[in-house]
Amino acid sequence: MRWPLIRYIPRATHYRFVRWAPVAAVFSLILILGSCVSLFTQGLNLGIDFKGGVSLEIVMPRPVPLAELRHELDVMGAHDGQVQGFGSPNSAMVKFLPVKGENVGEASKKVEQALIKKFPDLTIKSRSEVGAKVSGELLTSGFKALGMALLLMLAYIWFRFQLQFGLGAVVAVFHDIVLTLGLLSVMRIEFSMTEIAAPLTVIGYSMNEKVITFDRLKENLRKYKKTPLRDIIDLSENERLSRTIITGTTALLALGGTMFFGGPVLFPLVFTMTFGIIIGTYSSIYIALPLILVWGVNRNDDEATPQKLGAASRP
Amino acid sequence: MLTLSRWKIFAVTLSVIFGIVFTLPNLLPQKTLDALPGWVPKQKLNLGLDLQGGSYLLYEVDTDALRRERLTNLVEDVRTALRNEQIAFGELGEANGVISVRIAESGKVTEAASLLRRSIGAPLAGAIGGRDVSVASRDNQRLEITFVAEAAKADAAKAVEQSIETIRRRIDSMGTKEPTITRQGTNRIMIQAAGESDPEKLKNVIGKTAKLTFQMVDEAVTPEDLAAGRIPPGTEVLPSEDRYVASYAVRKRAIVSGDELTGSQQTFDQNGAPAVSFAFNGQGARKFGDATGRNVGKRFAIILDGKVISAPRINQALPGGSGIITGNFTPESAAELSLLLRSGALPAPLIVEDQRTVTAELGADAVRAGSISLAIGAAAMFVFIILAYGLFGGFAAIALFINVLMIIGIMSMTQATLTFPGIAGLILTLAVAVDANVLIYERMRDEANAGRTPMAAADTGFRLALVSILDANITSLISALIMFGFGSGPVKGFAWTLSIGVFTSVFTAVIITQVLIGWWFKVAKPKKLPIA
Repeated sequence: MRWPLIRYIPRATHYRFVRWAPVAAVFSLILILGSCVSLFTQGLNLGIDFKGGVSLEIVMPRPVPLAELRHELDVMGAHDGQVQGFGSPNSAMVKFLPVKGENVGEASKKVEQALIKKFPDLTIKSRSEVGAKVSGELLTSGFKALGMALLLMLAYIWFRFQLQFGLGAVVAVFHDIVLTLGLLSVMRIEFSMTEIAAPLTVIGYSMNEKVITFDRLKENLRKYKKTPLRDIIDLSENERLSRTIITGTTALLALGGTMFFGGPVLFPLVFTMTFGIIIGTYSSIYIALPLILVWGVNRNDDEATPQKLGAASRP
Repeated sequence: MLTLSRWKIFAVTLSVIFGIVFTLPNLLPQKTLDALPGWVPKQKLNLGLDLQGGSYLLYEVDTDALRRERLTNLVEDVRTALRNEQIAFGELGEANGVISVRIAESGKVTEAASLLRRSIGAPLAGAIGGRDVSVASRDNQRLEITFVAEAAKADAAKAVEQSIETIRRRIDSMGTKEPTITRQGTNRIMIQAAGESDPEKLKNVIGKTAKLTFQMVDEAVTPEDLAAGRIPPGTEVLPSEDRYVASYAVRKRAIVSGDELTGSQQTFDQNGAPAVSFAFNGQGARKFGDATGRNVGKRFAIILDGKVISAPRINQALPGGSGIITGNFTPESAAELSLLLRSGALPAPLIVEDQRTVTAELGADAVRAGSISLAIGAAAMFVFIILAYGLFGGFAAIALFINVLMIIGIMSMTQATLTFPGIAGLILTLAVAVDANVLIYERMRDEANAGRTPMAAADTGFRLALVSILDANITSLISALIMFGFGSGPVKGFAWTLSIGVFTSVFTAVIITQVLIGWWFKVAKPKKLPIA
């Protein structure tokens, strides 16, 4: 084996990325449609952080086995169960979400009975309904922040590159957000406070990919003024391929540890982030760049003489 | 770019020392830390509620106080409404939650009743519609005004919602503490804050209602009247916190209130004493300007939570809608008051019901599994980058390690709260940091393949990759700053980690790698790049 491994990656590749763009467009459209249908019909599977639920204060004559209790809650079908030690080791706070359609009081009673059956020495000291942890303000301010961030990133890319680049990047990142939320919705992953990190990470990683992609494209556009845009995009992607592979693998390895050994509590977040990294890489190549191809670029930055536009001007 | 300039080596050494010194407290046992001299940094990473638990406070919204306040306001509303329509009345008062008033002319009773039905109280939320007060005619030309049954519930619910938003704003403006604030039952609010964050400090910030009003001092009331308790209707006596008098007689109607503030900062007055600045919105500024214009030479009282902080004399009309509040402040209490004013008043007082410690929300087992798995992920990342790029991969790994140290160091120093979503932000940061190195190395390979000498290839690689790295990181920083500015709670925490990471990553991936590679060129004098 030759070390370092980078030598195994061929120096020059000639994949025709753009050729697959129409296929990718159809593929993405189907996924987006599916995501939207799922998001509009069943929505996100909001957890107790967003919806509120029931909170019980329990006491036991011995230290409360928190982990066991959490596991039991899962088994008995109490949704999104949370267990926290509460004051003394002998007492704990149990929170869970009643199943949809179930009456809160009845749901609570069912869980209480099941708990007492499983732990006969457990007594329930108090019961109350708890509100959502996440206020409406957090959601609206979050969406506002998201919109502002996308707009400002658009402005920066416009300033550094061209408007078409900025639009391509924002559309592609938006595509990634919709698909990530769609995945959460379709897989019925419990959307909790922690889960908010997933779309944020996806935006960060995906935007990074887009900017790196554009940088190479911009450089090549300057270098090869007469080459059709389609070919320049393919060339830029091929030149960038080894970097994409190495960086993507690194990111996936970093998350892989937690995905496989992180346990059931952390799995949903890491799974979604992993999906987002793959989708973010995909959308740079197959959404952002083809969009630029469709919209065309202004290639007479530096020269006054008009240049014949490349493939972009042809249907 | 590969020249080993003195400032580069200095910056690298400094950052490494910084990273180690500020990260170390996280690795040492508490006993060793306590034994160290005072100037050594001892702050540990401030883990969030999800990772380490913290303190728990249960508050009850004082709905009785809310009720009393609404009744008092309602009496004033009745007075104003009848006066404006020039309907003579008497015996206006409130007893046991019922406001009663006697209309002087028997012919005007019906008119007065319909006027009051139209104009006082608040619209009732919900499907029923109408207003939340009912007006009934009693014999002897009396009208009785009471709140409808639903009003109490609606008021309490609204007060709890508002209190939660206000508390969140207050705690958020103390830094990224990421508390959990939820409604419990109908009129309780549960607050959990991570770690050893001082519950007393938290209580100070949460427990104050911070209701600010500006009311005119009733100059007609002499000190003798005040002492004798001869107070005209529409005027009230409030205790004073300034050093001149024990209490003031002020008009009950506020000229402007804290609801109309747009900002407040801790500042100093012309004598250098701590003070609090304030600025009103357009409407508030107009009201304040009008009132000061009409009352030049008189005094107005600045009242916080029913106590007069100070009562300055109006020397001229103040149309600008801003000014400073002076009083018996220390810099700390002035800063606290400005924080409270910025975040808005609580609609009702809060009463502490319960206070305890709680364990991690995610559970100790999940936290343990998470830490181990993150370590595995990080190790895999290091091994992979070394396998991929050999010696240069090793340099990247060193840079990455220093990056981690610096991030943990800065997070410990700033005492920002690290939650699990924050760790996700950290992973993203590390991936992007590695990306910077990958970009540099790939450029070097391109240049070497194009036939440049190793030195020239390395140098050009850095130069060309730097453009992409800066573009990508500036974009990240833009989104992080926006999320920090507009987001709240976990979004803010995530954005903070990301912003720190952008700076440390560019520094470590570019400068530290440069120094390492420059040094290697000097020592090894290579004929060929190890990655070409």
